[in-house]
Amino acid sequence: MPAIAPTAPAAHLIALGTIARREVMRILRIWSQTLLPSAITMTLYFVIFGRMVGSRVGAIADGIQYIDYIVPGLIMMAVITNSYGNISSSFFGAKFGRYIEEMLASPMPSWVILSGYVCGAMLRGLMVAAIVLAISMCFTRIHLYHPWVTLLTVLLTAKVFSLAGFVNAVFAKKFDDIALVPAFVLAPLTYLGGVFYSVNQLGTPWREISYANPILYMVNAFRWGLLGISDVPLGIAFAVMFGFACVLGAVSLFLLQRGIGLRS
Amino acid sequence: MTTIPALDVVELKKIYANGVEALKGVSLRVQPGDFFALLGPNGAGKSTLIGILSSLVNPSGGEARIFGVSIRAQRSAAMRLVGLVPQELNFNLFEKPFDICVNQAGFYGIARAQARERAEKYLKQLVLWDKAFQPSRTLSGGMKRRLMIARAMMSEPKLLILDEPTAGVDIEIRRSMWKFISAINAAGTTVILTTHYLEEAEQLCRNIAIIDQGRIIENTSMKHLLTQLDVETFVLDLAAPAATLPEVPEVKLVRVDEMTLEAEMTRAHDLNSMFAALSRSGITVRSMRNKANRLEELFVRLVERGLQAARGEGRKPDGECATEGCA
Repeated sequence: MPAIAPTAPAAHLIALGTIARREVMRILRIWSQTLLPSAITMTLYFVIFGRMVGSRVGAIADGIQYIDYIVPGLIMMAVITNSYGNISSSFFGAKFGRYIEEMLASPMPSWVILSGYVCGAMLRGLMVAAIVLAISMCFTRIHLYHPWVTLLTVLLTAKVFSLAGFVNAVFAKKFDDIALVPAFVLAPLTYLGGVFYSVNQLGTPWREISYANPILYMVNAFRWGLLGISDVPLGIAFAVMFGFACVLGAVSLFLLQRGIGLRS
Repeated sequence: MTTIPALDVVELKKIYANGVEALKGVSLRVQPGDFFALLGPNGAGKSTLIGILSSLVNPSGGEARIFGVSIRAQRSAAMRLVGLVPQELNFNLFEKPFDICVNQAGFYGIARAQARERAEKYLKQLVLWDKAFQPSRTLSGGMKRRLMIARAMMSEPKLLILDEPTAGVDIEIRRSMWKFISAINAAGTTVILTTHYLEEAEQLCRNIAIIDQGRIIENTSMKHLLTQLDVETFVLDLAAPAATLPEVPEVKLVRVDEMTLEAEMTRAHDLNSMFAALSRSGITVRSMRNKANRLEELFVRLVERGLQAARGEGRKPDGECATEGCA
C-alpha cells in the first residue's frame, strides 16, 4: 500500500473557502437578482404597513409602535427567503449545468461541499438582513436589546433555511421544482409566522395552530433580541431552531454522501 | 519489487436503476506512465467506467484502485490522484476561465497563490491566456475543451482521464492538444484516453483496451493489436490513366478512377512483385498511401465479432480475450 498523506484540515478549509467565495462572487455578480429585490420589497412593506397602516394601528405592546414591531419580522422574512433561494438556485444551477461534477469528482468530503454552500447562502441572508436593517433605519429607530440573541437567531435561521433549500435543490429536476416550495410553503408560513401580528391576538384554534409553525419561533426570538418582546419562550424558540438545523443538516449530509439525485 | 498499477480495475460492475447493465465485470490494469486508449462504440460502457473512476457514478460491484488507493474505501485520497476531462462541458459558463481554474485548485485544497500561478501556467500552455478573464460562454468549442484540460491539470494529477477531449475540434487544435497531452505524459502523468478518432489513439497510445457491451473484448499493446491486422489496402496515384490492370498473384487491384487504383494484399506479401507487374503493364505509380486507418479496421472487426458472439455465435469469455496491459 502506498503511503497516503493524511488529509490536512487546511486543505478542507481552503476548499470550503473556495465554495463560499464562489457563492459570494455569484451573489455580487447578479446583485440585481440577489440583493436588490428584497431591498425594494421591504421598503414597500415599511411604507405601506409601517407608515400608512401602522400609523392607524398605533402602539402594539409596551409602547412599541407597529412599524418597530414589524421590523424584526421583515428582516427574518428576507433572511429566510434569501438563504433558501440562494442555495436552491445555486446548487440546482450547478446540477443543471453539470458543474457540480467539479466538486463531486474532487477529493472534497461531502461535509465540506455542504458547508461551503451553506456558508454562501447564510452570507446572502446576512447581507440582505443588513440591507433591510439599514432601510428600516430610514423609517424608525431600532434599539438592539440583546445583540447575541439577535445574532444567534439570524445565524440559526439562515442555516435552517439554507439546509432546507439544499434538500429542495437535491431533489429538484427542473427549475419549477425550486420555485414551488418558496411560493406555496415558505411564503404562507412566513406571513402566518407572526411577522405582522402577535399570535396572542389570535383566537383558538388559530393560535395553537400557529405554534406548529417553526418560523413563528424564529421571528419571535429575533424580535426578543431587537425589541425585548416575544410570543414564545426563548428556550423553546432556540430548541426548535437547533432541532431543525440538526435534522436538516443530517438529511443534507446523508443525501450528499449517498449521491442521491447527484450520482447515478 | 512490483510496481503499483496506476489503475487496477477488478470485476467492476454497474447496473443502473432502470436495469441497464452498463458494466458486466470489467477488469483492467494500466501501468504508471502509460498512455492508454480505451475504445468502444457508443453505449459500450466507457463513460460509465470513467464515471466510476472519477466517483461520479456509484459502482454496483467490483473494485477500482488508483495507484493502489481504493475509490470506494478511500474516495478522497483516490480522487486527489485523478484529473478528469469529461466528454460533456461541465463548467459554469458565466465564470471566467481563470476563476474556473483557480476554484478547481481550491477544491483540491491548493492555496490561492499557488492556484493562481498554476492557472496562468496552464492557460498559457493551452493558448487560453488572452481569454482568461472573459466569460467562458464566449469561448469557441475548441477553447472550451482546452479549458477543461487546463482545469483538470490544476491539481497536477498522477492519472489524467480524457473522455473524448478532441470531439468536434478542428485538426489544428486537435494536434496542439495531442502535443500538450503527450508532453504531460512524457513528464510522467499516466493518461487514459477515450476517443472516436482512432487515428488519435493509434498515434498517441502505447496500450489499448476495447470495451463493448460492458465487457473488455481486447486489452493489449497497440503494437501487438496492429500486428493482428493481416490485410492492408494501399491507394496508388498514377502518373497517367491505366488502360488495363495486370493480374498480380495475391493482390486485388481495383480501379477507383482513371488515375487511382486500390491494392489490397496480405501483410506477408511484398510490394515488389506488384510494382513489377504494374511496370510491365506500362503503369507508372506516382505516389502511394495507406487507404484507411489500420486501427479503425481492427476496431470494426473486433466489435463486429463481439456482436456476433452476443448473438450466440460462440463468444469467448473475457478472460480469454483480455491480456494484461503491456506497458
